[in-house]
Amino acid sequence: MSGALTIRNSVVFVLLAALALLPLYVGLGGNIFVLTLFTRIVILAMAAVSLNLILGYGGMMSFGHAAYLGIGGYAVGILAHEGIYSGFAQWPVALFASALFALVIGALSLRTRGVYFIMITLAFAQMAYYIVAGLARYGGDDGLTIYKRSQFFEPVNLSNKVQFYYLCLTLLFGATYLVYRLVNSRFGMVIQGARSNELRMRAIGFPTYRYRLVCFVIAGTLCGLAGALLGNHTDFVSPSMMYWTRSGDLIIMVVLGGMGSVVGPLIGAVALLVLEELLSGITEYWQIILGPLLLLVVLFARGGIDGLLAKAGAKGQP
Amino acid sequence: MTLFIEQCLNGLQFGLLLFLLAAGLTLVFGIMDLVNLAHGSLYMIGAYFAATFAAWTGSFVLGALLALAATLLVGMAVEVIAMRRLYGRDHLDHVLGTFGLILFFDEAVRLIWGPEGLSLPLPPWLNTPVQILPGFQYSAYRLAIIVVTLAVAGFLYVLVMRTRIGMLIRAGASNREMVGALGVNIKLLYTLVFGLGAALAGLAGLMQAPILTVQIGMGENILIIAFVITVIGGIGSIRGAFIAALLVGFVDTLGRAFFPDLLRLVLSPNAAATAAPALSSMLIYLVMAIVLVVRPEGLFPAVRK
Amino acid sequence: MSEPLLQVENLAKRFDGIVATDDLALTVAAGELHAIIGPNGAGKTTLISQLGGQLTPDSGHIRFDGHDITALPMYRRSRLGLARSFQITSLFLDLSVLDNVALAVQAHTGHSFRFWRNARAEAELREPARAALERVGLGARADLPASVLSHGEHRLIELAMALVGNPRMLLLDEPMAGLGPEESARMVEMLRALKKELTILLIEHDMEAVFALADRITVLVYGRVIATGAPAEIRSNAAVREAYLGEAEAEGTGHG
Repeated sequence: MSGALTIRNSVVFVLLAALALLPLYVGLGGNIFVLTLFTRIVILAMAAVSLNLILGYGGMMSFGHAAYLGIGGYAVGILAHEGIYSGFAQWPVALFASALFALVIGALSLRTRGVYFIMITLAFAQMAYYIVAGLARYGGDDGLTIYKRSQFFEPVNLSNKVQFYYLCLTLLFGATYLVYRLVNSRFGMVIQGARSNELRMRAIGFPTYRYRLVCFVIAGTLCGLAGALLGNHTDFVSPSMMYWTRSGDLIIMVVLGGMGSVVGPLIGAVALLVLEELLSGITEYWQIILGPLLLLVVLFARGGIDGLLAKAGAKGQP
Repeated sequence: MTLFIEQCLNGLQFGLLLFLLAAGLTLVFGIMDLVNLAHGSLYMIGAYFAATFAAWTGSFVLGALLALAATLLVGMAVEVIAMRRLYGRDHLDHVLGTFGLILFFDEAVRLIWGPEGLSLPLPPWLNTPVQILPGFQYSAYRLAIIVVTLAVAGFLYVLVMRTRIGMLIRAGASNREMVGALGVNIKLLYTLVFGLGAALAGLAGLMQAPILTVQIGMGENILIIAFVITVIGGIGSIRGAFIAALLVGFVDTLGRAFFPDLLRLVLSPNAAATAAPALSSMLIYLVMAIVLVVRPEGLFPAVRK
Repeated sequence: MSEPLLQVENLAKRFDGIVATDDLALTVAAGELHAIIGPNGAGKTTLISQLGGQLTPDSGHIRFDGHDITALPMYRRSRLGLARSFQITSLFLDLSVLDNVALAVQAHTGHSFRFWRNARAEAELREPARAALERVGLGARADLPASVLSHGEHRLIELAMALVGNPRMLLLDEPMAGLGPEESARMVEMLRALKKELTILLIEHDMEAVFALADRITVLVYGRVIATGAPAEIRSNAAVREAYLGEAEAEGTGHG
């Protein structure tokens, strides 16, 4: 991410500024619904950023990433149901459960490559879905209502929409920065090298399996945090959060935004969810447009929006 | 005891149905190196077509045949319009592109048939119990499924192993450029193979329709199981798909039927009741996990990969 | 200096009925440049893959610097001082030239579970990488994406990556493959200079280069060693002439 004043960097800057200033806009008479929508966008953007770590930078095509949204959400939901409302208890559990799940699934799945890896991560995530859907005590298929959001110290109050939005935004920026430092570190170099040419990495002396596993766990844990936020946001968790097509949605965000940079997924999340809102206002059958659109992006704009912006900038320069 | 036999037959029937689905998926992957997530959508379309055509014509069998033909056509159309452009690309591109197709098909079905789902009632002559063993009766329709799917499996075997087209399919699997260089119309071959895969999926969809469901999203549910089977059996291997499908069919059916009772032997009734549904669903994934640990490439991987 | 640096005994490898390596024995003394030649299909790349760890032999032993490395994973061999270059260029094409070589440096400098510092700013990684690139003559091209360099330059990056770990021995699989006459000459000079600093095991088809550089030559046919010795001996060995050199003389010496 260079600091040059390119079209792409300008757009990103404006986007980040707009996100930061959004509550002001809402406070000045804008629709409160916008704040709710963008809180959701910010949370899912965080999930997408975590996915890009393994997908874009690591080349690990995980189709089970939404499982962590569910795990994080249910950690909050289940503990709340049992009367434990403290965020200091719930959130570490969310993180730990996500990390553990990622560790086990990753250890098994990372022995495989390519198509096998896609299918396996998909299947394991779906397994988690069925487990959760089978927990009758916690709502099963119908889901579980969360009557009280995660509690922290006064004056932090997650029920305050503006506060909650800024908390999510801060965590999003923090997660993005963390991913930025990760991918440029020694660890990140190994991950990127393994994506580029795994056999060569092993030949020059890297035991790539363990690095990829650690990367996988980090990504899962970050997404688990997003899950805890999502549960709080909707005051409700259900197995559908983890259904495999939600993993597909996350992948769409990453690819649509652009896999080559840490902010790409953020752009993608905003673009996709705003597009959904706009399209669903036009027709209830908006997915009929989204589906082929996705195919077109894959065929013609593989670098995503980020890539298109970079190209647009390059054209204007000698 | 009769319960056990019944569940075994159910497991066989389910497994065979799954085989149809998995065979199409693995065939397309083995020949064209294409990961097709929209395979489940073709399964769904087969069911919807069957329900519609059966209602129009008043005949279950006629409706089924028309649905099969329609699904074949849709499959070939999809191949020509969309799939062609994906050959040779990264698997991630396949995943994304075909995921887009899922969205499209789900919504298209909702547009045409509405969100409610349909039903496909059985004609009386199929909806009767048949005496197989003294004192044991089994649904005629489920028997019919077993017979039909075994016949199709046999047909596939003969097709792939003994005919010229099958030889081309196998040759295509091992050496695309060569087959093309021999003057065989690879484009047409691929379209036909994809169409075959679609027809298999559609057949599976329409056959399960009277027993289970005709609704939007049914494709996504079953696709996962097809993937599990493909992983267990080995990608690109029809024989592997057959064995794995039967394995999954038995484990899932027998598991759901008897596992809760097994649990009750070890856990308290309450705990067993809570854990049973979740754990029963997990069984086939456990099998997959075990296979992965022991043989990551699947039980009968196709030689090429 | 009695113990050879590399010692191979009774090495065997089959692929589905085809014997690729057949009871092969080989020694390489420290400091020598040892060439392996043989007709196509003789099993040269299979041999080097077993030495480098990409393949596991069915039977036999490989000893390097006193250690039994027969079943040792790839990454461990690299750390013991045995480095390999590949016949088909295998680089990180979406990274820069310097990134490529820096990764090779990174493999040898401690663990890589460092999550925060910018690796591209670490002198510990970048300096040796630049030095290696200078050594092979690519210093000026270091910051370009690897994908834009020529095939010949890719071979040089390969060499640079093999050199960074300061290996004791290099396994070079057809370093001249695909090089034109000028680039071949450059590579020969490079190898001549490197010869003074480390032990080299070289597979090559380019006979001019082989006879110019090698201290000893081993001839492989159908996975078996049919002759080993100084270049002059090999040139005059009847069995070798028959099996191989006759072919090569008909083909000519330069290739690329």
